[in-house]
Amino acid sequence: MLADTASLHTFVQAFHFIGDHPGFLATKALEQLELSGAALGLALAVALPLGIVLGHLHRGSGLAIGASIVGRALPSLVLIAAFLTLLGIGFVNNMVALAVLASGPILTNAFDAVDGVDRDAVEAARGMGMTDAQLLRRVELPLAVPLLFTGVRVAAVTVVATAPIAAIAGGGGLGDIIVNQASYRLEGVIGASICVMALSAAVFLALAGLQVAVTPRGLRRTSVVGDTSRKEML
Amino acid sequence: MRGHWGDTLGPALVQHVELTAIAVGIGFALAFPLSLLAHRFRRTEHPIGVVSALLYTIPSLALFQILVPFTGITWTTVEIALVSYTLVILFPNIVAGLRAAPDEVLEAARGMGLTRLQVLTRVELPLAVPAIVGGLRIAVVSTISIGTIAAFLLPKGLGYPIFLALKEPTPFKTEIYSAGVLSVALALVCDAALVLLRRALVPWARRAA
Repeated sequence: MLADTASLHTFVQAFHFIGDHPGFLATKALEQLELSGAALGLALAVALPLGIVLGHLHRGSGLAIGASIVGRALPSLVLIAAFLTLLGIGFVNNMVALAVLASGPILTNAFDAVDGVDRDAVEAARGMGMTDAQLLRRVELPLAVPLLFTGVRVAAVTVVATAPIAAIAGGGGLGDIIVNQASYRLEGVIGASICVMALSAAVFLALAGLQVAVTPRGLRRTSVVGDTSRKEML
Repeated sequence: MRGHWGDTLGPALVQHVELTAIAVGIGFALAFPLSLLAHRFRRTEHPIGVVSALLYTIPSLALFQILVPFTGITWTTVEIALVSYTLVILFPNIVAGLRAAPDEVLEAARGMGLTRLQVLTRVELPLAVPAIVGGLRIAVVSTISIGTIAAFLLPKGLGYPIFLALKEPTPFKTEIYSAGVLSVALALVCDAALVLLRRALVPWARRAA
């Protein structure tokens, strides 16, 4: 173990590094958010409608469960490395790898959310003469929002937190600094790590706030963020 | 693959199992008493829940690096990071499990004259087993997955062959696939083993997810 003064000194230097290179770090952070946003967008475009439709039809629970288990078992490093060999180095490879990573929680939670809507409510809506599209839009989706959005939030935080690893495959972002101790030294690495932590915490808090805002008022009685239900950790 | 097994993949797999076992073991040893505490004093649950949700957002790569000035480039650094992730996963699951006992059951238990401790050990804990094992499943599988990132810091575990392969300029990288498949297989095997454990512990709840 190093002496406390030495470790403290490294930390102080890390903050100096942040103070000395705000523009550079902001550019890198933006790069990371761009990659994360693109990956999340791709995952949302594919996994969200799939999960919602399967949940509405009450079919494919095996797919939803499988997606969650495999999604968690597949290490991000393996995904990024494997896509690197398939798609080459750069943005596309990382976007696809991170999108695959994000699809797991989005698909599983979207399916669970829509599939798990109270059957009595669905029956009542049908009895009132709603069509499938109306049922989905007016009953199932509003009731599914909390769980569905939790999946999106988990996926988004996972992507932002994993994006630094993409640096080894040319993904850019703050990870570029973290994996390059030779150029930036330990204080740069730690400074970038602190920025990465702040960035994912900010994304988490922003999405938690958004989640409260999009949750229908009637479903807000329980606190959304500190929720200790198991779905939270999917 | 055969040529790589003895000198690379075999030891990497063993290290990875060690890494995971220590992280989940210590994580559980910490999470269990904390959960009992949160269960007993309900007011502590929400703050702990928020803090752990935030802690879980810390990227592993960043967490490893931030610990380096304090604990150096060591096994301890890796384990501290992995233990905090398992803790954050296990705690809410155990608490949710302890909450799962229906009020009628608790009423009945108290009516039968059980003390608070007896209610905990004979009613709440047995009913919490599925949730606890559920938490362990997530913790084990996630730790195996996150453990590959440890290779950025230490030349150990299944991440290391992948990490090395990425640094070479060759286009087709066998190590990436073999180590990748091994880590996924390890995760799925551990997951299945825990499902079997749950069935053995709670034979009355065969159908629970």
